[in-house]
Amino acid sequence: MPSESPLIQSARLIAKEYAAPHADAVDRDARFPVEAITALKQEKLLSAYVPAELGGAGASLSELVEICEILGRECAATAMIFAMHQIQVITIVEHAMDSAWYRAYLGDLVKHQYLIASVTSEVGVGGEMRRSKCAVEIDGDRFRLVKDATTISYGAQADDLLVTARRHPDAAGSDQSLILVRKADYTLEQKGNWDTMGMRGTCSPPFLMRSSGHIEQIMAMPFGDMSACTVVPVSHLLWGGCWAGGAAAAVNKARAFVRAQARANPGTVPPTALRLAELVSMLQSLRTSVQACLNEYEILSKAEDAANGTLSSIAYSLKMNNLKIDATQDLPQIVIKALSICGIIGYKNDSPFAMSRHLRDSMSAALMVGNDRILATNANLLLVLKDD
Amino acid sequence: MSKEKIRQILKEQGKFSSNVDSLADDADLYEAGMTSHASVNVMLALEDAFDLEFPDRMLKRSVFESINAINAAIEELTA
Repeated sequence: MPSESPLIQSARLIAKEYAAPHADAVDRDARFPVEAITALKQEKLLSAYVPAELGGAGASLSELVEICEILGRECAATAMIFAMHQIQVITIVEHAMDSAWYRAYLGDLVKHQYLIASVTSEVGVGGEMRRSKCAVEIDGDRFRLVKDATTISYGAQADDLLVTARRHPDAAGSDQSLILVRKADYTLEQKGNWDTMGMRGTCSPPFLMRSSGHIEQIMAMPFGDMSACTVVPVSHLLWGGCWAGGAAAAVNKARAFVRAQARANPGTVPPTALRLAELVSMLQSLRTSVQACLNEYEILSKAEDAANGTLSSIAYSLKMNNLKIDATQDLPQIVIKALSICGIIGYKNDSPFAMSRHLRDSMSAALMVGNDRILATNANLLLVLKDD
Repeated sequence: MSKEKIRQILKEQGKFSSNVDSLADDADLYEAGMTSHASVNVMLALEDAFDLEFPDRMLKRSVFESINAINAAIEELTA
């Protein structure tokens, strides 16, 4: 068996030593998982995807998805923060490497391990990522941008922000740019709380953001082009890793429970073992669908015609949307089944088989970019798709 | 001729905020405000008006990004 890469080994260590011990406190107090994120910075995992020529580890998307699963087994909030940050880094690496400003930024990111938050949601638009109300206002070589965001995950803890906005004050709502704003150049006014059922450690309240910067910070490529071929597929794949991790955490508690029952009564197969056999099959299906889409994306995104090819097709959008819908419908079902195997001891919050955090965290997946919104998109796309 | 027909369909289905008549044949329709949702309605109306079906391989952003691009796709299908 080939030995694991240093990145994966670091992730395993951080998950066990820095994420797991604090996961319950992070959930209980709805606080940022500062221990795990600090450890990820120390091990330079925040720049894992930055190419080696700029000082990063040059990791593959597959490695990042695996890291999401490893972190997600111990703390769903840590895994999701890592995933959201990597979506921003990947977008910059894939679409802004011909900009001197962004190349220099990536070099600094390696050195200082900046944590980047995403600012796509907006009052009046909600979670519809491909539409903005706010617009970049350019004056000479400077820009000004104000955005009333309905949620910014780890906004208060992030270093820099990657923001969507209309390209200019007269631009259509769907004519968007992506802009990186630096810590020194923005203020955030918190406009509400983050007291949720689950994913409490992502600390995602609404904020009013006021920012300015140099026009080189406005990415040249229209956001719509990056969205279809990078942002959406990469998000669903990295989240897929997080969800597989959350599912595995619940399943592993059920496995331990069944093993303990078997040990107490050697020679007989406990009735719960049958349910466990079904459960492990469900987890395998979830992993397989993430893995299949991941393998395909790794090939398609490296193709010569990546930007204009299959990735920008309606058929591919539909497929990546289906991955998100199916995985997030299955995830809570897996956790509920794991709970039913453990029974009352899984229902107790102070037992080693406690399922509450996993179940509450799992419920967010279908709502974070609501599945109904995605189904409505698919319904529209199916009006012209033929599967020919 | 067919470019005029395309322009008419864009006018009816593209949900543009600006005037479609002022758009150049090679102007980026997404930049002009056509959403993915509106582009599907444009595709449906084109299939109806030109009595053709776009195969899945043509259903991608670049094929519908301008009047010229749409025209080229229609010419390819009706050649």
